[in-house]
Order: sequence, then C-alpha cells, then structure tokens
Amino acid sequence: MHEEVSRGTPDLSYCLADPMRIRRASFPKLQSLRPEVSGFKKAEPGGPGRAGSHGGGGEREGPDEAPTPARPGTRKCWGERSGVETESRMVVTSLKLQDLIQEIRGAKTQAQERELIQKECAHIRASFRDGDPLQRHRQLAKLLYVHMLGYPAHFGQMECLKLIASPRFTDKRVGYLGAMLLLDERHDAHLLITNSIKNDLSQGIQPVQGLALCTLSTMGSAEMCRDLTTEVEKLLLQPSPYLRKKAILTAVHMIRKVPELSNVFLPHCAQLLHERHHGVLLGTITLITELCERSPAALRHFRKVVPQLVQILRTLVTTGYSIEHSISGVSDPFLQVQILRLLRILGRNHEESSETMNDLLAQVATNTDTGRNASNAVLFETVLTIMDIRSAAGLRVLAVNILGRFLLNSDKNTRYVALMSLLRLVQSDHSAVQRHRPTVVECLRETDVSLSRRALELSLALVNSSNIQAMTQELQAFLESCPPDLRADCASGILLAAERFAPTKRWHIDTILHVLTTAGSHVRDDAVANLTQLIGGAQELHSYSVRRLYSALAEDISQQPLVQVAAWCIGEYGDLLLEWSSEETEPLQVEEEEVLALLEKVLQSHMSLPATRGYALTALMKLSTRFHGDNNHIRQVVSIYGSCLDVELQQRAVEYNTLFRKYDHMRAAILEKMPLVERGGPQADEEGKESKAAAQLSEAAPVPTEPQASKLLDLLDLLDGPSGNAQHPPPLDPSPAGTLAHLLDLPCAPPSPEIIQRPSLTTWSSGCLQKKKVESKESTEGPVSLTKHTAKLVDLL
Amino acid sequence: MQFMLLFSRQGKLRLQKWYVPLSDKEKKKITRELVQTVLARKPKMCSFLEWRDLKIVYKRYASLYFCCAIEDQDNELITLEIIHRYVELLDKYFGSVCELDIIFNFEKAYFILDEFLLGGEVQETSKKNVLKAIEQADLLQEC
Repeated sequence: MHEEVSRGTPDLSYCLADPMRIRRASFPKLQSLRPEVSGFKKAEPGGPGRAGSHGGGGEREGPDEAPTPARPGTRKCWGERSGVETESRMVVTSLKLQDLIQEIRGAKTQAQERELIQKECAHIRASFRDGDPLQRHRQLAKLLYVHMLGYPAHFGQMECLKLIASPRFTDKRVGYLGAMLLLDERHDAHLLITNSIKNDLSQGIQPVQGLALCTLSTMGSAEMCRDLTTEVEKLLLQPSPYLRKKAILTAVHMIRKVPELSNVFLPHCAQLLHERHHGVLLGTITLITELCERSPAALRHFRKVVPQLVQILRTLVTTGYSIEHSISGVSDPFLQVQILRLLRILGRNHEESSETMNDLLAQVATNTDTGRNASNAVLFETVLTIMDIRSAAGLRVLAVNILGRFLLNSDKNTRYVALMSLLRLVQSDHSAVQRHRPTVVECLRETDVSLSRRALELSLALVNSSNIQAMTQELQAFLESCPPDLRADCASGILLAAERFAPTKRWHIDTILHVLTTAGSHVRDDAVANLTQLIGGAQELHSYSVRRLYSALAEDISQQPLVQVAAWCIGEYGDLLLEWSSEETEPLQVEEEEVLALLEKVLQSHMSLPATRGYALTALMKLSTRFHGDNNHIRQVVSIYGSCLDVELQQRAVEYNTLFRKYDHMRAAILEKMPLVERGGPQADEEGKESKAAAQLSEAAPVPTEPQASKLLDLLDLLDGPSGNAQHPPPLDPSPAGTLAHLLDLPCAPPSPEIIQRPSLTTWSSGCLQKKKVESKESTEGPVSLTKHTAKLVDLL
Repeated sequence: MQFMLLFSRQGKLRLQKWYVPLSDKEKKKITRELVQTVLARKPKMCSFLEWRDLKIVYKRYASLYFCCAIEDQDNELITLEIIHRYVELLDKYFGSVCELDIIFNFEKAYFILDEFLLGGEVQETSKKNVLKAIEQADLLQEC
C-alpha cells in the first residue's frame, strides 16, 4: 500500500486516470442517502490498503481536471507541498499531515498507533521549540488531528497563541482553530489570546476579523467578553453584512456569559431589524430572543416590534421567494422558525401581542404544505407558538389538526414530534385532541419503541367514559404484543382507566382478569388488593368471579397476582363454585376434590411466591367450612405445612392445625366470609386479621370468662371496625343483645329492626358467631356481660 | 446547539464542535457514551432521542453519523435541516463528499462549519454566501 504513496513528486500519469473514480470506489458518498440523488455506490469503506491509494500526492487534487472554483486553494497546496518536500527531506522522519493521517490509519493495533503518535508528537514538540516558524501551522494541524483521536495535546496551546499573533492568514486560520479546540476558559492560557483577538478585531482584514469573532463566540470566557465588548460593538455597526452577522451572534454569546452586557447591545436591535440581509436579520432575531429571555424589561421593550416581525414573516411567506435561501419551496425556514420562536416569547401571556399575530399564524399554518421536513419544521414551530400564546380557539384547533396530520405523515420524525406535542396539549385542549384518537391508537403499532411509548401515554390520557370499552380493547391488544419495558405502564394504565370509567362491575372484573392473565407479572402490587376489594363489594358477582378465576387458575398457575386473587376468591366463595348456576353460559361443574387439588398444586408449585402460598393455605382452610365433604384432606395438608421451612407458612399452618384440633367449634366463626374492607382502611391484609383473630381466641380460651367476653367484643370490634359504620360503641352493643334474644332459635332468624338498618352488620348477624359462643361452655358468663349492655339499651330506649 | 459530533460507524470521532465549556475529560465521557447510544439505535428508529437532559438529533449519511445536542426549547425538525445543510455545504465544497474527505481535510470541515454556525446558532442561510466566504479564505491562504 505504501508503494502507491508518493512521498516525492507525485506521479502525474496516475492523475490522468480518472482520480474521482478511484476515490469514489472506496467510500460511499454522504449524499447518497438522499432519495433525490440517484445512482450511488454502497461500497464499504476501504481498509488501509485501499486508503493508501488516496494518500498524499497529486491525484487528490487532480490538477489536470478542471478545478472547481470551490477549491482553488488545493492546487496551491499541492505546489506548496512540493516546496515543503525539499524541507521535509531534511527532517526525514517528520511526516506531512496527510501522510501522518494515512500512517495512523494503517496502524494495525492500538499499540502501533500509540507508538506512531508518540514519535510524531516528539517531532512536533521539537519543531515547536526550534523548528521553522513557517511550518508551525502544519505541525499544529498534525497535533490537532492527534488530539481528535484522543491523545493529549496541551503542549500545543502556546503554539496557538504564537500562530494567532502571526501576520500570515494561514497561521491565523490554524491558530484560531487550535484555540477553539485546545483552549477553553478552564485554562489560564486562554486569556492570553485576548490581546491578539483585540488587535485582529480592530485592525485585521475581514476574514481575520471573522476568525476572531468566531473564536470569541466559541470559547470566549466572561473576562474575555468584557474586555472585547467595544470592539464587537463597533463591528456590529459597520456596513459589511459578513461581519455584522458574526458580530451579532458573538454578542449573543457575550450576553450569555455576561448578562450585564445586554445594555450595550439592546439599543442597536431596532436598527438591525431593518436589515434585509438574511444572515444579519437572523442574527438580530436571535439576539432579541436572547435579550427577552433574560430580562422582563427587555421583553416589554421588544413587544412593540411585534408588528414589524409579523410583517417580515408575512413577506417571507407570501412574496419573498429567493431561491438562494429556500429549501424545498419554503422561504428560508431557518429564519421563519426563529421569528416564530421570538413571537412565541413575545406573545406569551400578552393579549395584545397575541392578537396581532393571530392572522399571520393562521396564514403560515395554512399556506405551508406538509410535505418535506423543512415545511414541517416551520409548521411545527407555528403550532408551538399558537399553543403558547393567547390565541383564538379556532387557531388552537387548527394547530391540533396540524399535529393530527403529522401523525399520518410517513416520516417517523414528524410523527414523533406530533406525539410529543399532543401529549403536552392533551390536558389543555382535550376535546381537540380527542378527535385524533383513532390516529393515535394506530400509532400504538409503531415499531420504534420511543414512538409507541408516547402513543401509549397519549392513548391513556384520552380514555374517557364514552370510549372506555373501545380503548380498553385496543390497549389490551397492545398489551399482548408490546415490548416488555412498556408492559408495566400499559397494565397499570388499563387498570387505572378501568377503575375510573368502568361501565359495569362485571366488565371491570373481566378487564382486570384479562390484564392479570396477559401481563400478570407486570402489574403493580396493589392490583391484588384492589381486585379483591372490588370482588368483595360486588356481591351479585361473587359466583361469576369465582368461576372465572377458577377457570383462569386451572389453566395457568404462574401469574402470581392472578393466583393470589383466585386463591382468595376460591377460599371466600368456594361454596358458590360448587353450585351450578343456570344463568352461566358455560356451566362449570367442579368437584370439591378438584378445587382442593388445585390449591394444593399452587402450594407446592415452585413458581408460587411465599405470599401466594400463604393465600392458598388460608383458602384451603376456609374451604373446610365452605365445603361439605370431610376435611381430612385439608387437615392433612395443613399439618404437613406445620413443619414448612417458610416461617410465615409454618405459623399459619400451626395455627390452623390448632384450630382443627382444639378450637374446632370456633372454626366456622373465624373462617367467616370477610366483611367489606374499606379502601385504604386501617389494614389491607385480611389474612393477617384472620390470623390475629385466631391467635387472640386461642389465647383467650384458658383465661377466665370475663376477659373472654371482652375478647369476644374485641373480635366484634375487629370484624366491625373496618366497615366504618361501627363508630360508636352504643349502637354496637344492642345488637348482640338483639341476636342473643333469638339465639336459641335459628341463627338466621329475622334480625331485629335495628340491625337491618345497619347494613354493615348484616353479614355479621346472618352469621353464626353468637350461636357458637353460647354453645361453648366457656361462654356461659358471656350473656352476663352482654346483658349489662342490654340494660344500657333499655336505658337508651 | 450545545455541541455537534461527527463519527463513523466504528465509533471513530471525525469532528467535534463544542459550544459549551467542558473539561477534556467530560467531553471524552460524553462523546463515548453518546456514540455508544447512537450506534446502538436500529436503522428504522426515529432521529431523536432524549439523553441526560438534552435532546439529541442525529442522522446518518453513508458511513458518517452527524449528531447534535440541542436544548429543550429548540426545534428538532429544523435541527435536521441544519445537519442537512451542513452536509450539502461539504458536498459542494469537496465535490460529492465522502468520509475520507473529512478525515483528510478535517480543518476544512471545521472552517466550513464555522461559516455556517456561530456560537451554536445559524449565521448564514444562503449556501452561496457560505461557500463564497470559504473560497475567499482559501484564496488568502495561498498568499
């Protein structure tokens, strides 16, 4: 490869072949990806071998080809290089920039590259010390290349200073570039160039002044900016647009660094706004924007130019069609966007300004076609402006419609900005955004995750009571196929929406069930509690729920939240499961043994979490009262788990075991159906309550009767407390007396009127708690204390 | 604009223009992370991504990625136009530009960028004017 590289006089014969063709073959053209450009070659970048054919020498410039006007310099560079050739032959080992680049690219390993660069840096350092000052710029250029590769180059900082101070333009060009790359405000050295910049700004030729301004605006620190204010201001006022535009943008940078300088530059803006040169105008708009963003006083001051801005933009959009500045038929979109942005800042929270720009905004919105990215950029900025100022309602609807159109655009980027913006607007302009709901839902199917995520957020925000069922369907379909990182959000979103807008309880239960089966592992922790709460409260749906949950559980015991809810439900309503209801479309015939086997399966499965196991065990226990068969199977399971390694399970098993053996008479009472737990009540863990109740009773038994009765009342408290209605002890007490009166009769005798009026006690009075209490020998004393309360009732009456 | 980076498909940096003051170490870290993030994107994904607290706009032209970091209130779509305009300028200057041109003439790439953007803002919207300015500067270099 290196044979081809001409170190000496370039081989001209090589150039006579088409150099362009040779070069093109190895590297794909940057522009080739634009659809307008046809016939590109997708050649992969060549390895070092092929790169060699492009290095150094003359075939790059192709002097025999008609040199394009854009590259007059290169011809000379070639000639210049020949002149340098003689010199570099004296310093044999130092490379030219192009050759250095080539060598580095030829290095096969990182170590080789490092070695090469270290050698070269040594040469560069030597050259800086005592080399030819005329070559300094070449050495620095090499250093800058090395710096871009990531190697240290701080020893070049002083060289930048020297080059900047040199009178030669070539030196200054590279020197300023070096300053921008190597120096910044963290280095003390940066202040040293202030003087050079000052000189160049005041006395240099235009290109030099341009370089100085560019450098100042890129790396100028606050001190530098303060020092150079006068010079920059002067350049702002001189006639050449080339310098003016640069000076204005430098001023923008200076104000960002030193806000007090606003006062210096603000007065000139009015004059600058009359400029016709696009660059100067653009700079001015940027400057005014910066001033307004920093100071409310400036903001007020510039409100008066709103009409002028409107006029400028109107001219641009309607008449000003300068090919030089337009992109895809849009006149200077950069300038348009900048003006629109300034208008946004000026019109914000200001009725009068907003009004002035209303017509113009409508005009821009309607006259710009959505086709190419340039026009979309302008439309997008227009939409942002409309939404931020005090615009008329019709205009806002227009803006939302533009976004809606963007959603249908084939370009992904346009759809992205549309989704982002609609998300911001969905609260304030809900009905307008609603109209685009179908399109938004379509976007759920996007392949790009960042787009489908936004679409999901937006879809969830658009759910309301009228579209809940359709939307849920779409969202559930999405849930089944969406990428894993969106699953959790989608699941919670659906559940939240269902909670807010569910048309019927049955639909609600169905929806939650569906979510749990599809994405059970991704739902939030409170989903289980919410569902149990929901089911518990919908008495008419107990049968339906338990059946559906049983079927779901029978199919799949891996989704933990589902398993937990199902276990709870089966435990609570197991008796309903066995009944055959004629209204069910698919009657489910279930045997007791099947149910027990299923719960056992859950208990034993390695997929079940400890909490799930707890639910299953308790459910099994509850079934001992719901089912009518003998409880041997259950007793067996419970006693096995008495020696389970999991402490929680073991404790439960032991307690339940005790319940079977010693307190069998209390079992049914304790395993009663749960009363409705108030949402967010004192305790969401119903299992814990039951265990607590069981524990208390097992403690209570050996203790004398008096405390027994109080424990009984405690139990009553426990059961009644969460219902929220048992706030006052007095209302609570008469009821035991009332039911006690009917005690010897059927437990389900018509309850006394007082009880009926208190719905929270219905479950209780229909239960058998009191009956059991009386039957046990310990409670003979019970009525004694209770009659005391009965007496109280009498008193009340 | 806060900064612009050009890098190849292998992650090699070809140009870096920083409009905010950062230490060398920070620049290297940002470059490394951002390059990794952008290269990990699939070809069909959209050109925008959120990274740290910045908006990143990137576009791939043949073997080169052009990547800009803009602020929250900046317009992403117009940034795409800025990137495209820069590529057009390079194309006009080098004559059907390819990555190799930018590698071997990186100083020229900087000079062109500096005639198009200044302090992170667009300074000249006419392609003609930018190219004219470069031409004149190149002529000066000969003397």
